[in-house]
Amino acid sequence: MKDTKSLDQPVIEAKGLNLVFQTSDGPVQALKDVNLTIGKGDFVSFIGPSGCGKTTFLRCIAALEHPTSGTLTVNGMTPDEARQKRAYGYVFQAAGLYPWRTIAGNIRLPLEIMGFPKAEQEERTERVLELVELKGFGKKFPWQLSGGMQQRASIARALAFDADILLMDEPFGALDEIVRDRLNEEVLKLWARTGKTIGFVTHSIPEAVYLSTKIVVMSPRPGRITDVIDSPLPKERPLDIRDSREFIEIAHRVREGLRAGHQDD
Amino acid sequence: MSRALPVLTVLAGIVAIWYAAAVWMNAKWVYDQAERAGQQVTWAEVIPQTMNQTRPLLPPSHQVGAELWKGLFGQAVTSKRSLVYHGYVTFKGTMTGFGLGIIVGVLLAMAIVRFRVMDQSVMPWAIISQTIPIVALAPMIITLSSQLGISGRDVPKAIIAAYLSFFPVLVSMVKGLRAPDQMQLDLLKTYSASQTETFLKLRLPASMPYFFASLKVAVAASLVGTIVGELPTGAIEGLGARMLIGSQFGEPLIMWAALFAAAILAGLLIVTVGLVERLARRRMGVPA
Repeated sequence: MKDTKSLDQPVIEAKGLNLVFQTSDGPVQALKDVNLTIGKGDFVSFIGPSGCGKTTFLRCIAALEHPTSGTLTVNGMTPDEARQKRAYGYVFQAAGLYPWRTIAGNIRLPLEIMGFPKAEQEERTERVLELVELKGFGKKFPWQLSGGMQQRASIARALAFDADILLMDEPFGALDEIVRDRLNEEVLKLWARTGKTIGFVTHSIPEAVYLSTKIVVMSPRPGRITDVIDSPLPKERPLDIRDSREFIEIAHRVREGLRAGHQDD
Repeated sequence: MSRALPVLTVLAGIVAIWYAAAVWMNAKWVYDQAERAGQQVTWAEVIPQTMNQTRPLLPPSHQVGAELWKGLFGQAVTSKRSLVYHGYVTFKGTMTGFGLGIIVGVLLAMAIVRFRVMDQSVMPWAIISQTIPIVALAPMIITLSSQLGISGRDVPKAIIAAYLSFFPVLVSMVKGLRAPDQMQLDLLKTYSASQTETFLKLRLPASMPYFFASLKVAVAASLVGTIVGELPTGAIEGLGARMLIGSQFGEPLIMWAALFAAAILAGLLIVTVGLVERLARRRMGVPA
């Protein structure tokens, strides 16, 4: 479905990335010498304790923060240019749906801003609602939906304009375990069907291992990458893969990486 | 009924206190009359005589009610004695001032939220403006506008009403336009939305609950401003003028009837604003 000629070209590439925030307590090094290459169709998880810069890195990709030094390219462009070209959809920790708009109205929001014609707005809204299994809920208002459904709607909103990259910042962090399991499964299905490149921030080890083709382990003060694990798990992943030996081994390695990051505090 | 009962209880209490106060305050006149005539009066004789004096110190509620009824329905609504006529004049002034106040309040709030320098320069003056007693300012505005060649009371009245009503709108709208959190602003940034789009699609709708909350305060303030604008000598129309005439010519009944007409007008205005708010909330998907 997608073009294959750019397969070898990285979608996101960071080289020697540094980001220093100037705070009232002096400068804080949020990212230190971050090098990372993300290929087309990768599902990359960023895991680490709070303050490790995983969200900051995602925000750099989205051009919501700007690195102090180093280079960062998205689809071969600067993050700002990539955003102008609608390179990514962003899902925040909270669904953040507008309470005064219906679910369909919320999904239409980016389409209205990007100037899609009316008929296409309708057609796209219907399609992504189906994709996140919210068909028939378009006319409901956000308060009429559960937390999990609201987050699905916010994913639909990020998918509506067909960006190749989906950036998700702890999207299921506020949801309970059972809902989270289901949504994890659905995200995998969505990824398989759409072939998007996904950047996913989490601090749940099982979530990271279950979802990712690549797990980036980070540690704080200063925020940096301590390990990058390419997952040997197959693309097809039933929920019970989490009891397999391979899964447990990867989870173990992630845990070790997190612990190592803490030792040199 | 369960909602009406507490209200009615309080109302009954107020009426009872009112009658007691009327007897107490009006009794002096009865005693004075009796003394002049060289007569003795008993309590049982005093009480009925406090109930329907022509110039009571404090008219009891049935007298005010009768005067109000006469003022509202006793003559053609176009008559200069009709409270409907005077009420309409006041209503017109209130609505003009209210509309002007909303426009000024919203525009200033937009500028303050958009430009830091406006926040620092205009906001303190807006607050200071409200510390000046409107009773002192009203005659100046009227004199000034007539010197500028504006005939009639309509314009200065609207300015005075707007002077009072813009402030609650301004304060609420500044808060409302700043209500969206960082995440919601970031979301629009990821769409590369322009300032105008951010304003129209996020800030403005997010401010609506604040806006409607401020309207109730603003419409009441506008009514007060209009009445104050009608008070300075020379005004012959409007509930404010009616109150002044009542007090100047020693006709307390006229004054009280005008006062209650103003209260009824205020009630109607607030109920109307409430209805508009309910309609808007329903359109914006707020659960009833």
